Amino acid sequence: MDSALIPKGVQRCSLGKFTLLIAVVGAVLLWGVYAMLLCWIKGLNQTNMNDYYGFALWIWADLAVIALGGGAFFTGFLKYIVGKDELKNIINYAVLIGFICYSSALLILAIDIGQPLRGWFIFWHANVHSMLTEVAFCLSCYFAVLTIEYIPLILENRQLNKVPFFHHLAHNMHGIMAVFAATGAFLSFFHQGSLGGVSGVLFGRPFGYREGVFVWPWTFFLFTWSAAAYGPSFTLMCTKILEKASGKQLVKDNVVDLLAKISGWMILTYIIAKIADTLYWALVTAPARGHTLMDFYSNNPVYGIWILVLEIVLGGIIPAIILVVPGTRRNGYLRMTAIILGVIGVSVNRWVMVLQVMAVPVMPFDFWAMYYPSWQEVATTILPVAYGIILIALSYRYLPIFPQEPELNPVD
Amino acid sequence: MFPGFFEWIWDGGHMLFMGGLWYALGIIGLGLTYCIFKAAIETAQGDGEGHGHGDEHH
Repeated sequence: MDSALIPKGVQRCSLGKFTLLIAVVGAVLLWGVYAMLLCWIKGLNQTNMNDYYGFALWIWADLAVIALGGGAFFTGFLKYIVGKDELKNIINYAVLIGFICYSSALLILAIDIGQPLRGWFIFWHANVHSMLTEVAFCLSCYFAVLTIEYIPLILENRQLNKVPFFHHLAHNMHGIMAVFAATGAFLSFFHQGSLGGVSGVLFGRPFGYREGVFVWPWTFFLFTWSAAAYGPSFTLMCTKILEKASGKQLVKDNVVDLLAKISGWMILTYIIAKIADTLYWALVTAPARGHTLMDFYSNNPVYGIWILVLEIVLGGIIPAIILVVPGTRRNGYLRMTAIILGVIGVSVNRWVMVLQVMAVPVMPFDFWAMYYPSWQEVATTILPVAYGIILIALSYRYLPIFPQEPELNPVD
Repeated sequence: MFPGFFEWIWDGGHMLFMGGLWYALGIIGLGLTYCIFKAAIETAQGDGEGHGHGDEHH
């Protein structure tokens, strides 16, 4: 029924099967929307946030999706600025993933601020001494860039592209995409960094506090670096999931290998810097303020020393080695293991830099504060996942996301 | 916030932050305006064929 909308030279499942998928995921989406409305109508008392946890599950999800969505800016940077032309075969999907991640981050923020109608205050009544103001500025502008990068893809739909104006518009936008990609890379550098800077400047929170250069703590650079390192891995993970779901190869092996290699080297250099930062913090910064490393870890189920091992060894060193060594990188099973470990690693990093920072006792009368999200927080965090699946499904069905798909899967 | 608004102060923080915001928005706005105007002109001129970018995505 919708075959006129499906790109030429590719095959898609029946409309009935597709509608069923959208309906199932749509039910989860509606559950999230219901929780979101509860938060907006009844207020933030619907959450389990408290005086210890002013930042909670939402802000972790925000930071995690922004890091994972870093594949868009870094792949764009490699394609348009560095000139890695092979990446044109995966850049569309990287942009789509980035668009989903950043729109999700903005949606979560719109719930988290409690009064979304006042969201524009941060632009008009800006506190120019706040890292979060810079984050809000760059995040919004970069989302605009991602939208501009996504629009030509929509306009290349078979039917839309027949409209002369849309055809020309898509062509012209492709023509100056390097300008948008460069602007996106600039904006991403600053907002990824400033998200890291937020915990790094908290001198009253010794778990997060770091020294640095000028106004930027080391966490500023580590966050940008980690987003550029792990973001491409997340793009590859989503590509593999879509390949499994569709039962087709969508990107050639040399493109996957190139992006995995770049991601591996970025993770390796990042994890070396992260280990150096952790050692300096544990041996110099924290002791200078009267703390030992073990003051920051506890026997409770969430913040044990195991979380440091999980982040740095399992989520950093091991994926870096697997992705850097050609033999292990070219083994599909090992490559995917490394990619999944990397995605877990960067998510754990954001978890500790948001939640553990606030859980560690800092006053003599303080205790290890625990936090368990309410169902409304969980539902609103799952909401973007459902939204992402629906947008990927629609885009994959109706837009030419993967240029190599017709060649890899010829239709008889 | 623009210069002249009651919260505006002529200091480095305001100039850097707000200047950066308007600079980024300016590039995005100008880029998009250029694409739209060029597309409108090309459409009006009936220049509908021969771009040959059917296999080029981004």
